[in-house]
Amino acid sequence: MRLDRTLTVAKIDLRRLFKSKDYWIPMGFLAMVFFVALPFLLLTIVTSTTSSQLVNKIGEVLQSLPGPVQENVVGDTPAARGAYMLAVYLLAPVAIVVPLTISSAVGAHAIVGERERGTGEFLAHSPLTEREIFMGKMLASLVPGFMATAVGFGVYSLLVNIKVGPLVGGWFFPTAGWWILIAWVVPPFIALALSVILWVSSRVRSTAAAQQAATLVSLPVIFAAYGVSSGLLINPVIAALGIGVIAWILAIAGLVSGSRSLNRERLLGFGGDG
Amino acid sequence: MPSAIQFAHVTRRFGTVTAVDNLSLSVPTGSITVLLGPNGAGKTTTVRLATGAMSSDEGEIKVLGLDPSTDGDEVRARTAVVPPKPALYDRLSGWDNLIFTADIFGADHSTIKPAAERFGIDHALDLDVGGYSTGMRTRLALARAVLHDPEVLLLDEPTAGLDPESARTVLNLIRELAGRGRTIVLCTHLLHEAEGVADQVVLMGAGQARIVGTQEDLADQFVTNPAVVIDAEDRSVLNGLTARPEVVSAEWNGALHVRLTHLDHLPDLVADLVASGARITRVQPDNPTLETLYFEMQRSLREAS
Repeated sequence: MRLDRTLTVAKIDLRRLFKSKDYWIPMGFLAMVFFVALPFLLLTIVTSTTSSQLVNKIGEVLQSLPGPVQENVVGDTPAARGAYMLAVYLLAPVAIVVPLTISSAVGAHAIVGERERGTGEFLAHSPLTEREIFMGKMLASLVPGFMATAVGFGVYSLLVNIKVGPLVGGWFFPTAGWWILIAWVVPPFIALALSVILWVSSRVRSTAAAQQAATLVSLPVIFAAYGVSSGLLINPVIAALGIGVIAWILAIAGLVSGSRSLNRERLLGFGGDG
Repeated sequence: MPSAIQFAHVTRRFGTVTAVDNLSLSVPTGSITVLLGPNGAGKTTTVRLATGAMSSDEGEIKVLGLDPSTDGDEVRARTAVVPPKPALYDRLSGWDNLIFTADIFGADHSTIKPAAERFGIDHALDLDVGGYSTGMRTRLALARAVLHDPEVLLLDEPTAGLDPESARTVLNLIRELAGRGRTIVLCTHLLHEAEGVADQVVLMGAGQARIVGTQEDLADQFVTNPAVVIDAEDRSVLNGLTARPEVVSAEWNGALHVRLTHLDHLPDLVADLVASGARITRVQPDNPTLETLYFEMQRSLREAS
């Protein structure tokens, strides 16, 4: 497998993607909602509430958490502790859900789209190997999701530091757990989901079928994302490192087996399953 | 002359349908081979098998001395295919499409502009391909195919949907490449466009090469009665020709197209016409066109079966 040709495949897909406003405008909107609008709304409610009933409820929720979890939550008042918990732990799944949604939308279309457009014929007659095509498509699907996450993460960090920082003694975000989550846990999760989605995309006959399958694949990963955030709640660094290792192993296995699923006849439109 | 492409008893099935059936075919290096045949004859599958985009169920294929099923990447790097639909990325500009091709075929970017100019598409390279006409798309696909100077060029219905000027450009390219020692395989059913281009004609049917030969050899084989075109100032004097024993058939189509039992009868026939007072304005051989040949071959096959 030649890296330069793999990057060429990824580059051409990304170029096509960024010229498609009908794709990136909704996806940008999605990232903005999850990384900016929703956290802003929730944190504003928690930090500026004057309702003693709501403050008491937050206090009760925090008291009900296990001891180790309570030790990780910073803040002197129930409102500060609630805002901290919301910022650091409860919104953690967003870091996986957003790139996954964006990347799976690209991945679902990646290979079956070549068949539908007829450009699969060109790729089939090209010297690119099946693995170069598959990995190029994988990269092209990963990059938009991860770019959205990187930008969203930056904006989110700024937002929570501005909103919650004054309540907990200064800038506190990203925490070590979040760095590991973004750099170590999210990539293999997305790669794993994409390897399955691309496998499906190489086999089905239409983009619609690939998107339906992608949704099915995304669901368990979203549930797993919530599991990851729960683990982070108890022991952020160890949990994130451990989950990352498992996710990388699964992702590599998924990539190897996914790249074997693509063959030239499928690019030509033969051998579809659905 | 060594073969650039060699098929030996190649079969490819799709479920119960046999697309290519025990096909044996040799395409000499530096030649132009025209694959003729109706839709479903197996022409496109033959092209796909040649590059290794598809694998055969049986038989052996060699392209440039390599087996496409095992050395496919090298075969594809040294060949180019122009498919019936240009297979371009609509949301990208012509430049982007050509740069992508150059990068994956390892061609220098300096080849892009000359290739685009050659097919008269250089003025539109900055535009998105989605806005191109059918002819522009085909010309871009052709420019793309020659970027890496392929040793074998496989053209599958390349002139479909093209205006006459663009179609002529394609045929000129074919001649030019063959003149430089490149091997060309042209699949078409637009017979008049392949006229006079082919070094070898292959009539395909039901996945087999039914008839193979040069246009001249096939004409000798399948068009048994030589034809001439005759015209005169007073055409009525030509009407009596049909009664002559050496005339097999005569029909008006701009001039009188006469089929003779043998070409040796022509001097006497013309002399008799002149003797009878006819002022002859035209006598010329009516060589069988590829189209005539195609239908004669098809008729011969039907009679044989």
